[in-house]
Amino acid sequence: MDPILTKYIREPNSYTLDFSVKHGAYEGLKKALAMKPNDVIELVKASGLRGRGGAGFPTGMKWQFVLKDTPLPKYIACNADESEPGTFKDHVLMERNPHSLFEGCLIGSWAIGAKVAYIYIRGEFYHVQQLMEAELAKAYARGYVGKNIMGSDFDCDIVLHRGAGAYEAGEETALIESLEGKRAQPRIKPPFPAVSGLYNCPTAVNNVETLCNLPPIVLNGAEWFAKLGPEKNGGPKLFCVSGHVKKPGVFEASMHTTLRQLIYDYAGGIRDGHQLKAVIPGGSSVPVLLPDQLDVAASFDEVVKAGSMLGSAGIIVMDETTCMVWLARNLLYFYKHESCGKCTPCREGTDWLYKILTRIENGEGVMRDIDLLVSVGGNIVGKTLCAFGDAAATPALTTVKHFRHEFEDHIREGRCTLPADWRATKMPVAHAH
Amino acid sequence: MSFHPLMEYDRAKFQKSARQTVPDGPPFALTPERRAQLDEIVTKYPPDRKRSAVLAALYLVQEQQGYLTANGMRHIAPLLDMTPAEVDDVATYYVMFHKAPVGKYVLQVCRTLSCALNGAERVTEALSEKLGIGIGETDPSGMFTLVEFECLGACDRAPVVMVNNELWHECLRPEDAGQLVDAIKAKGGAVFSGCHLEVER
Repeated sequence: MDPILTKYIREPNSYTLDFSVKHGAYEGLKKALAMKPNDVIELVKASGLRGRGGAGFPTGMKWQFVLKDTPLPKYIACNADESEPGTFKDHVLMERNPHSLFEGCLIGSWAIGAKVAYIYIRGEFYHVQQLMEAELAKAYARGYVGKNIMGSDFDCDIVLHRGAGAYEAGEETALIESLEGKRAQPRIKPPFPAVSGLYNCPTAVNNVETLCNLPPIVLNGAEWFAKLGPEKNGGPKLFCVSGHVKKPGVFEASMHTTLRQLIYDYAGGIRDGHQLKAVIPGGSSVPVLLPDQLDVAASFDEVVKAGSMLGSAGIIVMDETTCMVWLARNLLYFYKHESCGKCTPCREGTDWLYKILTRIENGEGVMRDIDLLVSVGGNIVGKTLCAFGDAAATPALTTVKHFRHEFEDHIREGRCTLPADWRATKMPVAHAH
Repeated sequence: MSFHPLMEYDRAKFQKSARQTVPDGPPFALTPERRAQLDEIVTKYPPDRKRSAVLAALYLVQEQQGYLTANGMRHIAPLLDMTPAEVDDVATYYVMFHKAPVGKYVLQVCRTLSCALNGAERVTEALSEKLGIGIGETDPSGMFTLVEFECLGACDRAPVVMVNNELWHECLRPEDAGQLVDAIKAKGGAVFSGCHLEVER
């Protein structure tokens, strides 16, 4: 498949307004503004575009849920808080193709009747934000954003909002809380953001990549988009491959592509002299897959059938030097650190899991700790307000499921049995900051 | 007659809250330029929702003072129709705000999986050894603070280091970490490579 979202990304000026307009930016917006808003929603529904943030929820349907008959203002909140470990596709899109994001925000705003689109960009992407601010100012000056956009009487502002380092802000209701100037903690659903979101007004929360897909859909039609991929998984998809591969990076491909192709053909395969041990196919929150499970199409539906999830398409590859207890401990430290603290099972459970994993990794565990891991993990899953709880328990549950013998070896031998040469030489201790 | 069972009552032990409050710090007021910047940012949100600008305001305080203090938070609270406690509530949640003085260069090494698989733990160790400080500490000269950070979202350029919330350094190998410190001492912030994501076809 020829790249669509990342077509010009290697050109040195791909991010500038002049370059983007020369290569068709804001053409989709022009076409969308000539359509009725409801027709735009129908078009996106027909295309089958699914949210690229992780859940894969159909975008058109999300927009349709946004309340129409209401005196309240409506908002688009773009989720640019890309913080799922192993994911860096939105980073690339915003850095190299920001105008397609602005255009997508405007098309979305037109469709649902919003007058402001907030782009919540993670605080760490300061360099990206500076570049986007400059490009946004240019787009305002040329009349692509702001009042009377392209002579259509449609007014819409775009605001860049900088976060400050919170993984949880990537959850849609927590993102809204953070936009409102509060701690990024999730809300009770329902009501869903489409009914009561930002400032208690109807809000559509969409991922960067989702919004970037809108201009090509409007320009080329729903059928063209749907045919790019398998049924119900249409369109181009960005995959991020990292870890023990020769050529890590972002790759644009259709969702017909298998995980094995992505790892071996696109990312150049495992680093020399090593073999594949396990793959996390969708950011750290999803179950691991084993080398014999990789011949599945990297689509939302097929990866689920293989026993994992496509999630944010952050594919993390581990070779045989990776200790799975260490891996679970590394990720549990992340979840323990990032847990927002609102729900007890997650706040206390992540800390507990981390402590158990630490003692096993240090060789101080006992056999019943393994079942304790499963028990504690199982008591987090499904018992929290947002999906963070499920995600946090996953690294522990999935490593025990597939690599129980490694846990047993640690406990039996009283030490880590796979101390790789890229790991800390001294036994790491927990640090708070 | 008491409902409570008899227990050892030690004032120092039981009456002390474990909560850490942000110190008052020196008196604080935003410079007129930063105040004007904040006033402009506030206009991007609905008039009765000034609070949305609190992260931006905290960034301005941190930019001016290097870290956040209770006085800084008290200064911005009324500007955003918030109470100082509400500002404190927000500020203490987000990791990019420093609640104590930090070095001139805050080296924040990504420690999450993709960077760790590529040797981030050893990078942290090498930096710690070179600077003679532990994680979370500032060196005696006040030039460096070493921090571990969670996934920075540039996993193909691992291991990644973010410096002062704005500058980035990519593909830092453990054996080069010491040299980087020397280079910063000699040439300052210009030595950081930035972040260049590769887009392969």
